Amino acid sequence: MSQIRIPEAGLVLLVGVSGSGKSTFAAKHFGQYEVLSSDTFRGLVGNDPNDQTVTAAAFEALNFVASKRLEAGLLTVVDATNVQQSARENLIEVARSQDSLVSAIVLDVSARTAKDRNELRGERAVAPAVIDRQHKQLKKSLRSMRKEGYARVQILSTEEEIENAVIERHKLLNDFREDHGPFDVIGDVHGCLDELLLLLDSLGYQLTYDEQGRAIDAEHPEGRRVIFVGDLVDRGQDSAGVLRLAMGMVGNGHALCVPGNHEAKMVRALRGHNVVLNHGLDKTMEELKNQEEGFARKVLDFCDSLVSHLVLDDGKLVVAHAGLIEKYHGRASKRVRAFALYGQVTGEVDEFGLPVRQMWANEYRGEAMVLYGHMAFRDVEWINNTACLDTGCVFGGALSAMRYPERELVQIPAKEKYCEPSRPLESPLGPEREPGVLSMEDVSGTLWLKAKGMGTVKINEAQAAGALETMSRFAIDPRWLRYLPPTMSPSESSTVPGYLEHPQEAFEYYKRQGITEVVCEEKHMGSRAAMLLARDPKRFDAPEGWLGTLHTRTGRQFLETEHERVVLQQAHDAVEKAGLWDELNTDWLMLDGELMPWSLKAESLIQDTYASVAASAIAATDASVVVLERAASSGIDVSALLPRTKSQQSSTRAFRESYRRYVGSPDELRFAAFQVLAAEGASFETKDHGWHLAISDRLAAAGPELFSNTRNLRVDLSQDSDVEAAIQWWEDLTAAGSEGMVVKPWVNLTKAKRGWVQPGIKVRGKEYLRLIYGPDYLEEINLERLRQRATDRKRNRALQEYFLGIEALRLTAAGEPLWKVHQMVFGVLALESEPLDPRL
Amino acid sequence: MLITITLEPESDSQLDATALSHLLRKRPEKLQTFELSVGKAHVFYPEYSPQRTTAALLLEVDSIGLVRSKRFRGDNGVLDYYINDRPYTASSLMTVALGNVMRSAMTPVSETYPELADAPLPLRLEIPVVSTRGRGGDNLVRRLFEPLGWNVEQHPIALDEAYPKWGDSRYSSLTLTGNVRLHQALRQLYVLLPVLDDSKHYWVSDDEAEKLVRQGDGWLPEHPERALISSRYLAHQKELVQTVDTLIDDSTLASVANTEQPPELDHGNAQTPLRILRAEAVIKALKDCGAHTVVDVGCGPGALLRRLLKDGFFTKILGTDVSARSLEQAAKALFLDELADADKQRIKLLHSSAVYRDDRIAGHDAVVLMEVIEHIDPERLGALEDSIFAGTKPRNVIVTTPNSEYNRLYPDLAHGTMRHDDHRFEWTRPQFSTWAENVATDHSYTVEYRPVGEEHPTAGSPTQMAIFRKATA
Repeated sequence: MSQIRIPEAGLVLLVGVSGSGKSTFAAKHFGQYEVLSSDTFRGLVGNDPNDQTVTAAAFEALNFVASKRLEAGLLTVVDATNVQQSARENLIEVARSQDSLVSAIVLDVSARTAKDRNELRGERAVAPAVIDRQHKQLKKSLRSMRKEGYARVQILSTEEEIENAVIERHKLLNDFREDHGPFDVIGDVHGCLDELLLLLDSLGYQLTYDEQGRAIDAEHPEGRRVIFVGDLVDRGQDSAGVLRLAMGMVGNGHALCVPGNHEAKMVRALRGHNVVLNHGLDKTMEELKNQEEGFARKVLDFCDSLVSHLVLDDGKLVVAHAGLIEKYHGRASKRVRAFALYGQVTGEVDEFGLPVRQMWANEYRGEAMVLYGHMAFRDVEWINNTACLDTGCVFGGALSAMRYPERELVQIPAKEKYCEPSRPLESPLGPEREPGVLSMEDVSGTLWLKAKGMGTVKINEAQAAGALETMSRFAIDPRWLRYLPPTMSPSESSTVPGYLEHPQEAFEYYKRQGITEVVCEEKHMGSRAAMLLARDPKRFDAPEGWLGTLHTRTGRQFLETEHERVVLQQAHDAVEKAGLWDELNTDWLMLDGELMPWSLKAESLIQDTYASVAASAIAATDASVVVLERAASSGIDVSALLPRTKSQQSSTRAFRESYRRYVGSPDELRFAAFQVLAAEGASFETKDHGWHLAISDRLAAAGPELFSNTRNLRVDLSQDSDVEAAIQWWEDLTAAGSEGMVVKPWVNLTKAKRGWVQPGIKVRGKEYLRLIYGPDYLEEINLERLRQRATDRKRNRALQEYFLGIEALRLTAAGEPLWKVHQMVFGVLALESEPLDPRL
Repeated sequence: MLITITLEPESDSQLDATALSHLLRKRPEKLQTFELSVGKAHVFYPEYSPQRTTAALLLEVDSIGLVRSKRFRGDNGVLDYYINDRPYTASSLMTVALGNVMRSAMTPVSETYPELADAPLPLRLEIPVVSTRGRGGDNLVRRLFEPLGWNVEQHPIALDEAYPKWGDSRYSSLTLTGNVRLHQALRQLYVLLPVLDDSKHYWVSDDEAEKLVRQGDGWLPEHPERALISSRYLAHQKELVQTVDTLIDDSTLASVANTEQPPELDHGNAQTPLRILRAEAVIKALKDCGAHTVVDVGCGPGALLRRLLKDGFFTKILGTDVSARSLEQAAKALFLDELADADKQRIKLLHSSAVYRDDRIAGHDAVVLMEVIEHIDPERLGALEDSIFAGTKPRNVIVTTPNSEYNRLYPDLAHGTMRHDDHRFEWTRPQFSTWAENVATDHSYTVEYRPVGEEHPTAGSPTQMAIFRKATA
């Protein structure tokens, strides 16, 4: 039985003349979709699997499909004769461009057998001369194939071998996905043995020494393991000692290790290649010479066994010496190895004569955490879920370890500066990284935006495109646009006679979710607005003297700049007076609220739509009533029409009253800040509404010329009396002209049995709804039809926007890079770009 | 919405006003109701005597049904909202009611009163609410009705008397009096109410042209505003308007182009327009830079792209814009769908924003920002600089923008205003060069300035241009 081991991901070429049994072999050992047969592709592109004239097109298509499969990390078997070197070369190129391994399985049957079998094909038979030619090419190939770059070439040269072959798929060497840690990933050691011992000790490892007092192993009582990111050697005080310990730990299963460029060069030197002994290698080589017999040999074997990078913990962690772009994770090719060892260099040289390295981490958008070393930095910083752990111990910095999955940094400062760095250590964030840099990649195509712990929101291409213009041309600067409020769903249509919306349905919704405590907040008659107040403009990369922003639901600046300044100054004063800066321990604050009056933003809408409709409606119904009354007085029976027309006459006047309540003058401007969104280091979506409303009251007390409070009522839904009182409260509120109320879960952000709960449900007043559904919507015949409205999509969207908004706040509070925050904010605008019943 | 028709003969006339009910063929003693697609139409007589008889046509529009029904998708989005004036103002909905309820009275034939049916009668038409949309609204009622022999009395309706500063609404009440044939009066209303309103509640289809000719028989061909009437009645569809002209077969009348479109502004000399001079200047600058591959950032509807495409010097052209609509227009203007393969490969359009870095525009010899920067908020110019000069880093960048010093030479431009509503700023030459020098220093470019358009000795040229070239180390 011949066992054929092939990597479970990668390309497999079946090689053999026509009639050698490749298709049979393929069908026996591989899945239907894993096998790409040249005959099939001839059929696909030319309707005839034997038509040799379409061979070029067939292979073009086959290569394309193979490339896509390899990109997806799938095993792909090519069933074609592959007897010519040029044919194999093309396929090898496809695999290379996808950084995948290639293996070959040769079915080396005799020309006779092939011809016999071929004859059985009847019409599909190939001319015997062709088989002879192929056979000759195959024999020639067998001599040269070893050099073509296969991970493995398996030759099956007898019928029996072919018959009995067993395929065994093995994992790639870098595949440690089943290893879940926990790990302690240690940065570049560079021979700093003393610091390494201290670090292992403070990480809780117990060291083992040999009889000469040399550390040869370290084991963690809880089974944690070390991963070395490479560059164990050179420059430091005891490279050999570090190697001895690391090799011991790896050998005993207490550590994993990836190779660094210094190991790679050392290996070449050990092999006797002509290598310039600089950058500390001279010292290392000297040390190795002084070790016991055979140590150098062991070092060589150890280094040879190292795999360029490791993919661990279900793909959530990747370790490579110089880091690794997402495309290369779990792949195997020369360039993957080159990247993992040497990083990405631009070919340019900096002022210190060192190669300029591309900061791949800035572009990184991958899922997996990437830990690496290679370039020494002053400190460890997270850049897009990657961190460089080389903190230049050998240059007098520190030796760093990152605990995984805890993300805890443990550092031991260097005992001395063993070597002068060729350039001063910098922050990995780099001086050139502009905080305001955003890229089209962040906001175009299909976006999957993750709101941690809440879910992933998909933004499709059209939605993203729909928001681009608004965001680019009309929104305020993204550096200052840190949040957009979510849309809010109304209650389901009410079954209470004479109402389209009624508190009952909102309460029932929350009860169904298992929530008993809610707060009813007055819905203000203004426009939703978000306010950012900052005492230190630098925090938001803003110019000196900048106070913050006040923007609309779509990110537009609310007031013209001078007026905004006045309002923001008032807000600053109130926050100061209320003592919130100190209490929240912050220099900036974001507030969500309603800016009144509505006419401030919507005066032209009021005039062009509401007032215009009212003017025409009143004139029309007045005239109709006059004419009908005249007819009635001349004895015509208009009793079917007159009362109805009179009722319309009064509802048009009620309609006019409804919009008039929203007309105010700009000097009556007020901001009802009903929720505190975020401050330095914290967002407040989990603080209950009692906390938020108390702050709202304090702001209103401290700055009554700007802030106004929000009337509210806490309701225990399990108490009928409470519910009745709340309904009455709403009735009174709306009868007095208020827009309505919003019902929110008292505890704020809530996940119930059935999933996430709407952050608020609006219940709009009877009179207010005339502005939405028309003057006569309360006529029973109209109500009946208007009740048929579906709130599901609206609620779904409200939740998605809510998640994105919270994530934007959390990221801002945590000081995460702008692009991350901006993606979330952009996502809200993108969701809004898709039309949905605007009356909801 | 309501229309009343009153017949009130002179006191010495032999005419019996109650004849109106016969002419309308609607019985006077009770209210009659007709169910129509747009709602319920009621006809009744508030006054009925030989001296004066008034007929009322009251249309109750089912506003909710109108919005909810897919059948009544208007062509202007009015019915996208429940809040609209459709139930109240006389419009195409009233036309439907007239056509249904008064159809027989709209012909000159009557069995009972043959002579009255085709005789001018002393009529008064009252329409309590008409809207006058669009340009020339104020005078429109007179221009439409006076040539037909009506005496027009028009009273504007205030927008809201509680807010006098808001002024009048676009509605007015209308009284028309005159000696007009009844069938003509009805047909004139049939046509002119939707013309006044200028928004139809249904899609205008081909047979609308014939309908217009039929209802316009006897009064439309000679109407001085015929062009405007046809255009508005047919929802501004040029082909239909031409059909009407052909049907009326009156080739002596001026061609019915859309008269509401202002003529192309002609400055009275043969000067090349600035936009063309600007495009030519940009192309010359590109050639001077040896830039064969070009990105036009903020290409708009493709004015520059069209010129680049025609010029074989440019081998690779990319147009980007933040407005998807502009790109659609550009694709049309460039006939992208019809281009030969060779040209198709030369040009591409891309939805992108100049305030975001975009790797997809890298690798061209030059980036053009023609009249783009002034559309960006000053605080976001930094992002544009970053995306182009630090991100894309082309060898050449060409920027044009208005020179605000020149604005005083535009007689129509009020002092201190800008040339376009959307301009976020307009710079003097020193302001522009300060910006350009900073950008050049920060990103290692050199700058050259060129005037575009006719130069004035003190104010300079109307457009200013900066050519940035990457400084070679």
